[in-house]
Amino acid sequence: MNSAPVTTESGLSGVELGRRAFRKKQSGRSVLISLASTVMLAAIVWLTVVNTPGWALVQQAFFDPKTGANFFPSILLGLWLNVRILFFAVIGVAIFATLIAVIRTLRGPVFYPLRLIATVYTDLFRGMPLIIVLYLVGFGIPALGVTPRLPPEVWGTLALILTYSAYVSEVLRAGMEAVHPSQRLAARSLGLTHAQTLRLIVLPQGIRKVVPALMNDFVSMQKDVGLVSVLGSIDAVRAAQIAVADTYNFTPYIVAGLLFVVISLPFIRLTDWLAGRAQLREQIGGKV
Amino acid sequence: MTSAEPVLRITNLHKRFGDVHVLQGIDLEVFQHQVVVVIGASGSGKSTLLKSVNLLEQIDDGQIFLKGEDISDPRIAVDKARARIGVVFQQFNLFPHLTVLDNVALANRRVHGLSRDEAETIARHWLDRIGLGHKLRDYPDRLSGGQQQRVAIVRAIASDPELLLLDEITSSLDPLLVGEVLDLVSELKAGGSTILMTTHEMQFARNVGDHVIFLKDGFLLEQGTPQQVFDEPQHPATREYLSRVKTH
Ligand SMILES: Nc1ncnc2c1ncn2[C@@H]1O[C@H](COP(=O)(O)OP(=O)(O)OP(=O)(O)O)[C@@H](O)[C@H]1O
Ligand SMILES: [Mg+2]
Repeated sequence: MNSAPVTTESGLSGVELGRRAFRKKQSGRSVLISLASTVMLAAIVWLTVVNTPGWALVQQAFFDPKTGANFFPSILLGLWLNVRILFFAVIGVAIFATLIAVIRTLRGPVFYPLRLIATVYTDLFRGMPLIIVLYLVGFGIPALGVTPRLPPEVWGTLALILTYSAYVSEVLRAGMEAVHPSQRLAARSLGLTHAQTLRLIVLPQGIRKVVPALMNDFVSMQKDVGLVSVLGSIDAVRAAQIAVADTYNFTPYIVAGLLFVVISLPFIRLTDWLAGRAQLREQIGGKV
Repeated sequence: MTSAEPVLRITNLHKRFGDVHVLQGIDLEVFQHQVVVVIGASGSGKSTLLKSVNLLEQIDDGQIFLKGEDISDPRIAVDKARARIGVVFQQFNLFPHLTVLDNVALANRRVHGLSRDEAETIARHWLDRIGLGHKLRDYPDRLSGGQQQRVAIVRAIASDPELLLLDEITSSLDPLLVGEVLDLVSELKAGGSTILMTTHEMQFARNVGDHVIFLKDGFLLEQGTPQQVFDEPQHPATREYLSRVKTH
């Protein structure tokens, strides 16, 4: 334990230099191993698929570059509609879900009716398949004849908001309940009102605790935006459908699918980055 | 008599948790610039007493007057009354999502209606005073326990409350850090703050307290100057308690 520290010109002891060299070698080796295993797995999958009896047909029906390129512009145009729907739906969900979550945490008998409505709402819409909500909202509400004529994507957006707010409000509520009660106590003792305590202390901390879950819901919503096509809006999925009907070739579906993946990637990366940063910033001490 | 109106006056305070009668008729007064120290064994009701004063617990009987105003009257605005009282708890309850500066500036901005600049100037002044002027932008979890607790004290005092409640602010601290926190309390006393506090630090209670109160099982058994309570305790229970803490 008491051996004299041997220092080199870098100012580090020989022991530390040895450790670093070892770590470097180790990490170099693991990169090689992971690279080799990835290539091998890819080769196996590829060879298996290519050697299936139906591969030639499938390749022609699903992976035809010419059909894909032909319909790419119209599908991309459809995707623009998806992006716009997503934009408004996210804003709607953020507002509505927060409202529901807050209502569900209100105590006191005065709020009982509100709480009951919020509970029934979340139970109902979490259980109901989105596609049914889309039909009910998209065809049912206009049929009442009391609303102005609106394009189907508006109803689609509303249906998305209704369904996703039910999930997101539960996630938010869980986050708010995970905030330690002493935080509320500290806030109230400073003279903050109940509403200020929620807005300035409980919600910000609660949201941080559930960022990964929220981002998951967001990515899943991004895919489900494609379902508004059932109402007749020409979105990416619908555009692909039209193309498929034209050509009897399924490549447009692949194109649309890949485009959805591509737009979701930045958010998935952003989620990881945000979560990592928040953790670094607030949990240095290892405390939650 | 008007000049001697206490900052805090509690009469016949009762508090029950279900069947447990935690405070059984407490009467006490805290005068301007006075430091009143509440001592007593664990579970004697010290924290409950302080929480009741800050209206964080609903009391079952009695009255609490802040500068003559009955704040236990349900018709008064609770938030306004709380805003006049500063509180520091045993655990550091700093807000982890706010920087040190924002923690201290929060109440002045949001409750007392100061502008952001004004609130931050005051916060900076206090943080400089406790030697944390270089940690303004840090988040609380980066501070040591003693630093956190001093920030919590400064957060409570930044809005210039009429009364400061300190509940065992050193008992979750490393012994080495206790001193720096207690020094700050002595400084506040020297600056004229009115303080009602609980502590297990008998030496500190003796040195800094103007008035000492001994609680046992929800009863106020004995009170007086530190000399009276520590040197000539009248009640057997006080003597027993003091002998037990002294042997530690
Ligand atoms: N919210 C609560 N519900 C039920 N019982 C409680 C509650 N808070 C406190 N008590 C009880 O009231 C009694 C007094 O508690 P209190 O926290 O005031 O004691 P204390 O004197 O502050 O003790 P310590 O020195 O350990 O902090 C204890 O018996 C405790 O179990
Ligand atoms: Mg206590």
